[in-house]
Amino acid sequence: MSLSAELFDVAVIGAGVVGCAVARRFTLQGAKVAIIEKASDILDGASKANSAILHTGFDAPQGSLELDCIRAGYREYEDIRGELGLPQEKSGAAVVAWTAEEMDQLEGITAHAHQNGIGDVSIIGQKALRKAEPNLSQNALGAVWVPQESIIDPWSAPYVYLRQALENGAQAFLSCNVTGGAFDGQNWQLETSAGTLRANVVINCAGLYGDHVNKDVLGETSFEIIPRKGQFVVFDKAASALLNSVILPVPTEKTKGIVLFRTVFGNLVVGPTAEDQQSRSDASTDAETLKALRADAVKKVPALADMPITAVYAGLRPASERKEYRIDADTGNNWITVGGIRSTGLSASLGIAQHVYGLYESMGAVHEPLESPVVPRANTLSEIGKRDWQCEGHGEIICHCELVTRREIEAALQGPLAARSLGGLKRQTRVTMGQCQGFYCSARLAELTEGKFVLPLAEEFADV
Amino acid sequence: MSSATLPTVADVDVAVIGGGPSGLAAATALKEAGVKKVLVLDREPEAGGIPRHCGHPPFGLREFKRVLKGPEYAARLVAQALDAGVEIRPSNSVTAALPDGLLTVATPEGVGQIKARRVVYATGVRETPRSARLVSGARVQGVVNTGALQSLVYLQGRRPFKRPVIIGSELVSFSALMTCRHAGIRPVAMIEAGPSATARWPSAVFPRLLGVSLRTNTKLLKIEGTGKVERVLVTGPNGQEDSIECDGVILTGLFTPEAALARRGHLEVDASTGGLRVDQWGRCSDPAYFATGNVLRAVETAGKSWAEGRLSGQWVAQDLEGRLPEVSAPLSISIDDRRIKYAMPHLICPTDDPRDESGMSEIQLRLTERVSGTLIAKTSAGPIWQRSINSRPERRVAIPIAEIVAQAGGENITFGIKERHK
Repeated sequence: MSLSAELFDVAVIGAGVVGCAVARRFTLQGAKVAIIEKASDILDGASKANSAILHTGFDAPQGSLELDCIRAGYREYEDIRGELGLPQEKSGAAVVAWTAEEMDQLEGITAHAHQNGIGDVSIIGQKALRKAEPNLSQNALGAVWVPQESIIDPWSAPYVYLRQALENGAQAFLSCNVTGGAFDGQNWQLETSAGTLRANVVINCAGLYGDHVNKDVLGETSFEIIPRKGQFVVFDKAASALLNSVILPVPTEKTKGIVLFRTVFGNLVVGPTAEDQQSRSDASTDAETLKALRADAVKKVPALADMPITAVYAGLRPASERKEYRIDADTGNNWITVGGIRSTGLSASLGIAQHVYGLYESMGAVHEPLESPVVPRANTLSEIGKRDWQCEGHGEIICHCELVTRREIEAALQGPLAARSLGGLKRQTRVTMGQCQGFYCSARLAELTEGKFVLPLAEEFADV
Repeated sequence: MSSATLPTVADVDVAVIGGGPSGLAAATALKEAGVKKVLVLDREPEAGGIPRHCGHPPFGLREFKRVLKGPEYAARLVAQALDAGVEIRPSNSVTAALPDGLLTVATPEGVGQIKARRVVYATGVRETPRSARLVSGARVQGVVNTGALQSLVYLQGRRPFKRPVIIGSELVSFSALMTCRHAGIRPVAMIEAGPSATARWPSAVFPRLLGVSLRTNTKLLKIEGTGKVERVLVTGPNGQEDSIECDGVILTGLFTPEAALARRGHLEVDASTGGLRVDQWGRCSDPAYFATGNVLRAVETAGKSWAEGRLSGQWVAQDLEGRLPEVSAPLSISIDDRRIKYAMPHLICPTDDPRDESGMSEIQLRLTERVSGTLIAKTSAGPIWQRSINSRPERRVAIPIAEIVAQAGGENITFGIKERHK
């Protein structure tokens, strides 16, 4: 069975944040794009859990592709966010030193940032830090101040990237697992769990399964994914008043460390941990680790001791055996691999998409960019914009904690990216993500999503 | 999608936030006391609160002298309030409570503002969800609180699973059991971390009657499954690990006041109760605000909350007439022992007239563990009062305010426990 009679210019495998950005870029450049995702909803792998920060690249490896992509991604985000209706709050970030040894590293971090082209990064002393962050523990000695680090909506952004691709001609194939394929010297015929699909070039954006896709379809892989789990703890919304900026630790060799950050949804979050593991699907949380995260947050911001916990979550980052992006074009096979996007995917995605399009052009592809592409508007879920509950005609508020309306839920259950799982619906609307975690709204939600989810929230019973 | 043409500022005498038993009782009492414009704002499509989705008895014994199921009871409370002249506005979510009784309210028609001379917080309680309990394991479907299960079963005729485990043995855990029975759900076990059932009745016998074993001294370790719950891992009395096959987890109890709105606003929230910080009239740190019922502390029955709401309504009516004492030289009530979970109220304003019976008559305490010993109240001058105590967690310990205040000499009071020598 064939998924589509059409021959696509490119098939993007994987609808994570990178795949969505790539699908958008290629569509705007005039290519005919198919995007294939094995889950029922997009953003269901690595992209479902992250720190929701738009990084400047101040601490990225010097001269790296990662740095270039982060910087280009940041610039494009600022360019397009107005028309797409995406939020950005330039909260700034402070890389805080808690010990004398860490204080000694601040100059190096600053110099590194300057070399990376982030000229406004500077060291601030204890007094200035206390003034900027009065709720930070008195043990904070000083910090590197990065004014342009921003907080953004990590789901509405990729959703609107992909929606822009779809509204300009791209096609999405969800619940389609790519199992194999063959290249005839001209085009690829991909085998998926739901049928075959033909495309001239394949772009592997399969994240946590990137190496598997290369092996299964291309027959070889030059890298191996080593999933790195990150656990997070979300505090009650009231806690977000305790911080202004993102609080980063002085990084170690392995990880950027545990961050305290506000979200555009009005929460305060601590995380992630960095735990290498074999499983590509096990994003379970662990009580002891969560307690340690909470304790770390309280140590840094003592007033958090009295703040209830709203949510906990874990995500898997598609790290590889090397600390760099693994993006390469296999020109002979019409294949581009976008792998190992280990922790900066959200920030870099638009830049990665530009870079990948460049690789594609260097393979000889030529398209005419769309003259006046359709520009969709993103869902407004952040506290920065005007939410649906503030507008008339929303029907009713279903989720009281996150103020999600019936109109928002009904919209998310329609269209080519309709939510087919609770996870997908949460990412599109924030429903059940507040402090009660569904205590009040689960029943209404079961009613509204009847017949929509692959795994229903509940089933009707006959009176017993 | 256009912006609503509000705000219209509506002036009322009293706005009650939350239309459950305590809120409806307060509003009804206010009308009976002759207060003109009393408004109940409820964010659900129908007022009535938690009893709306408790489709089983016993409700109403105290209020209506008969045994009712939750929904009938809720409907009676609503009818009683309407009869008294209370205006009830369902689907009205208060999104901000500002100084001096100014409320921002979201309605399906748009966002408006209400200016009330007094506001009564009656937002109740909810159970602690999985996240805040820091339970280990996979994020899977089929983990719910009793409240969510009840609304699914009684309001929607739906069930999220067929063979869950029930975590906890509070009163509400038995309510979960009855809810399961109604929906043809067969719990595979009831798990209690402590040495015996927390609830006073129906004790260990009851679940066995329904064919469910109660496993005490057993802790939930981890939830496992792909997509949906498949099993839980527990540790038993001797520390041995065990796996229980099931398709759901009901996390019961561990109630916490629903004080999110207050936490985001200007009112003081007490860290030990998780509810509003009040004096003996339920008056908050902004004297335009009062609180009543379970938002003050977890957790009392609907009947007790209703009784508290009645009293609160009377006190607010007195306050509107200028008959409540001003807040002056209050004594603070605090706790100094981890075995005491909280003491409420948190402030007591001594009144000149010792015969003045207005205001709460008792300080409510609760314990975090089973205690057998002596409860002691002290001031900076030393112990002023003591009483032997033999109680368990989740049970109300009531201390007469008059007895304590008479000894306090105007000083702040701290409660502690002295363990009985074994």
